[in-house]
Parts: sequence; C-alpha cells; structure tokens
Amino acid sequence: MASETRDIIVNGLWKQNPGIVQILGMCPTLAVSSSLVNGLSLGLATTMVMALANTAAALVSRLVPPAVRIPVYILIIATLVTMVDLLMHAYLLQLYLVLGIYIPLIVVNCIVLARVEAYASKHGAFYSFLDGLMMGLGLSLVLAALGGLREIFGKGLLLSGLDLAFGPAANAYVIHVLPNYQGLLLAILPPGAFIGLGLLIAARNRIEEIRALEPRAVSLQPQQAD
Amino acid sequence: MIGSPFVLKEHNSVRFTMIKVMAALIPGTLAHAWFFGPGIWLSLIWCGLLGIGFEAMILVVRGRPLQAALTDGSVLLTAWLLALSVPTLAPWWLYMTGMFFAVVVAKHLYGGLGQNLFNPAMVGYGALIISFPVYMTQWAAPAPLANYLPNLSDAFDLMFIGGNITPDAYTSATVLDSLKTATRGGHTVMDAFSQPIHGLIAGKGMELVAMMYLFGGLFLIANRLITWHIPAAFLAAIALTAGVLWQIDPAHHADPLFHLLAGGAMLGAFFIATDPVTACTTPRGKLIFGGLAGFLTVIIRTYGGYPDGVAFSVLILNSAAPLIDAFSQPRVFGHAKGGRAGR
Repeated sequence: MASETRDIIVNGLWKQNPGIVQILGMCPTLAVSSSLVNGLSLGLATTMVMALANTAAALVSRLVPPAVRIPVYILIIATLVTMVDLLMHAYLLQLYLVLGIYIPLIVVNCIVLARVEAYASKHGAFYSFLDGLMMGLGLSLVLAALGGLREIFGKGLLLSGLDLAFGPAANAYVIHVLPNYQGLLLAILPPGAFIGLGLLIAARNRIEEIRALEPRAVSLQPQQAD
Repeated sequence: MIGSPFVLKEHNSVRFTMIKVMAALIPGTLAHAWFFGPGIWLSLIWCGLLGIGFEAMILVVRGRPLQAALTDGSVLLTAWLLALSVPTLAPWWLYMTGMFFAVVVAKHLYGGLGQNLFNPAMVGYGALIISFPVYMTQWAAPAPLANYLPNLSDAFDLMFIGGNITPDAYTSATVLDSLKTATRGGHTVMDAFSQPIHGLIAGKGMELVAMMYLFGGLFLIANRLITWHIPAAFLAAIALTAGVLWQIDPAHHADPLFHLLAGGAMLGAFFIATDPVTACTTPRGKLIFGGLAGFLTVIIRTYGGYPDGVAFSVLILNSAAPLIDAFSQPRVFGHAKGGRAGR
C-alpha cells in the first residue's frame, strides 16, 4: 500500500513529471510561464482540476460504456474547469485577467485527459486523486521553475505580479534579484520558454545520468521497513 | 612518401578554411573602419576574446579536449561575423550576451562545430535584436555625417566604461531604418532616400562596405571555399523579389539595387548563408536555400517588424536545410532518379 503511494508521488513529481518527462501540456507551459506567479497559479489551477477530475473519473469509470468514455471524461473535466474559471473570476480577478484564455484551455490540456484515461479509469478513487494531485504538482513545479527562471533572466525580478493574487500590499515581496539589470527580453518572449524548457529537460536528464553512474551504496545498507 | 588520397591536408583543414574566410572579411572590415571609425577593431578583439573564453568554458563543462576546438579558428570567425553585425561601440555586455548565445547556446548545446543546426553568429545576433532593440539600432554614423567620429580611446570609453558622449553625437539611423520609418509613416521612398544617410545607392559608407564584402565573397568563390549557388540564388532572389515589388509600387518600395547593397545582404550572401554546417549541401538544395532566404529577406524588410531580415531568413532556412537536402539529392551515376538502381 505504502509503496504504491510512494510510487505515485515519485512518478508525479520526478520520474514521470508531466512537464519535463512526458512533455505533455506544453500549451500553458510555454505560454504562461513568463513569471513565477503566473506559472505557479496556472499550475495550481490545473492541479485542482486534475485531482478532482481523476477522482470523479475513477468513481464513474465502471458506469461508463467504454465506447463513450472520452466524451464523458471531457465533460467531467470541462465542468471542473468551468468551476475553477468562475472561482478565479470571482475571487482573483486580476490574476484571472492575466492568465486569460489559458484557464478555460485547461479543458483541452492533454495531461488532464491523459491521467484520467491512463490512470484514473483503471484505479480506485483515492489513488486516482493522489495521482492527479501529484502529476498536477509536478507540472506546477516545472511551471514555477520555468516562470522563475524566465523572470529572473528577463526582468531581474522574482515574484513580480504577486499583487495580482494578494492585492497591492504584496508588491513589497517582489525580489529584485539582479539590481540595475537591463532585462533580457528574449527570456520573456516565446523563444525564452522553449530555451528554458529545453534547459530544464537537459538538467533533469543530467541529474538522472549522474544518479545512474553513482555506485548504489544505498542498496547495500539494510533496508528500513516501510 | 606519397599516400592516398592525394589531398594536401594542411590546405584543407578547418583552420585553413577559417583563416581564408577571415582573410576575405578583411577588405570589408577595413572599409568599415574607414567609414565608421576604429571602434570596430576594439569590438572585434573583444568578441574574439569572449568567443575563446566561452568556448574554453563550455569545452571544460562538456569534458572535451580544449586544443583542437580552440585552435580551429571557427569561434574567431563567429566572433568576427557577430562583431560586424552588431552596432559598433555597443556596451561590452551586449557583445557578451551575443557571444554567449552564439558559442554556448547555438554551437555547443547542439554538439559543437559541425553539429549546430543554426548559424552561431546569427543566433547571437537574433537573441540581441529581440532582447535589446534599442542598443541594436544605435549604429555609428558614417564619417561624412558624424558630428564626431569616436577614436580608439573614445571607443574604449563607450564600450567598457559607459562614456559621457551621448549616442546622438555619433549614431544615426541606418537606411533600412529610415526606409521603414518613412513607409510606415505614409511617406514615399523618395522621402527616405532624401535623408542624408542615403548615399549613392544605399547607406552612405555602408554601400561601399557591402561592395567590399562582395569582393571578399568573390575571393571565397575563386578559392573554392564556397560554391556560387547560395550567394547567386540569394542575391538573385533579393533582386527579383524587390524588383517585383518595386515595379508594382515604386513609391513605397525601394529599388532592387538598394536592397542588394543595404543592411546585411552582401555579408549574408557570401559569409553567413554559405556556412557549410548549417546550409544545404546539394547543388539544387543550395539554390533553393539561397533563393528562399533572399525572398524572405525582402519580405521581412518590407512587411516585418524589424528593419533587416537577413538574420531571420537565414535562421528560418537553417531549420529547413535538412528537409531541402533530403528532397534535392542528385542522381547517383548509374542509378535512376529517386535512388533506385537503373537498368
């Protein structure tokens, strides 16, 4: 039981990370990751949809005839996205205006349907929920890292746009990482998203490479009971 | 002691080729220094040092041997081309950013010389013009126009310290800038051409620099370092596209000769589009490559957001080069077209 839970967490956050391993859901990853706040907020909105969609799909999967499962899943996802969309419109208007079309577009984000189809339709509600949550968080991490990188190199700032979510007072938390920085417009513009994502993928591959080279000293030690 | 194949290796090495290409750049660079002041030497040296520095750094990171890659001269050629493409007397960090993108991103992240998909110097230029449009349009004014022609110590001051000479004193819009401004503002080409920056055919001073690039390019063809296909197709396509537009509406489109001698057309035709690594390799492919790049150059100049389109069109065609090569394979002797054995 516990190992299943651990596998789901490790898969979502690292081993099968949707952003940099499965390379799914590129549309928002590339389009909204111009700052940490933007990236993370869209990531969290997606996470919410994924966790709930996976749970709902797992609950109804036995009732749905296989031939029409995809339309049914899309309906579930669309309903949840509409809820998230209306909630953000009501409570986070500034952020909602910045993210714009990308919130409704979560419906067609392939990672959401991919997890529903590949995981939730074959597993129980709890694990499906966990899978959606972890995959969503994995995507959020990538979006946040990419957004943060692009923001630092593009504007020399970090956490700019925090006021969109928490009001003008949050401007005090904006970090000026590189003072007197000219700004590298390339990082903010679309090419920066592609270059940044490529670098993140390369960094992950490199870490995996180094880990594969390391002698497995850990496995020699007595395993602790889980 | 004669061994086969009968090729004089030292005359065919990467280093020798690079040195010859750099020699072909000398007339153009001299003309540049004559018209725009000696600052170009400073930016050449600075770009060269940066190139060697970045190359050494990334080679260490990649765990590759230093000597072979550092002494083949390719990074110096990249540096030279970038220095000629970027406005002279730009601040030091501008060159540094450009060389970083050229050497580290465009060349070594793709696997080093011979593996790079895009022309390194043009990737550096592209990154700069997208990121720092203001600095990238502050070209030094040609000597006959400049209120003040910066000497070497002024150039050093401007590049590395910041200087207290305002850019207005020594910079001016290029002809392509003034053409874009005029046609955007509803004026005619004649309005743009009556500006003092306009010389006999294209930019004052710059038109002669372009002629020198042409001579250097002919030297390259004569020495068989490049074939005629890409430059001829590139220049012909520029002339043809510009000619058609000019015929349709001469009031709002510059004449073909202007397009051939303005901006980076000549430098691009002989030194940038012909990069053996990133361009097409088959004869027909080279014609298609050069032709499309020339066509896109005029289209970007006329309808695009940036004044010059050489860098972007070369980069776009770089990405299409493998595809063009695949569809333009010459017939192998003894085989029917399409690679099958003939009867």
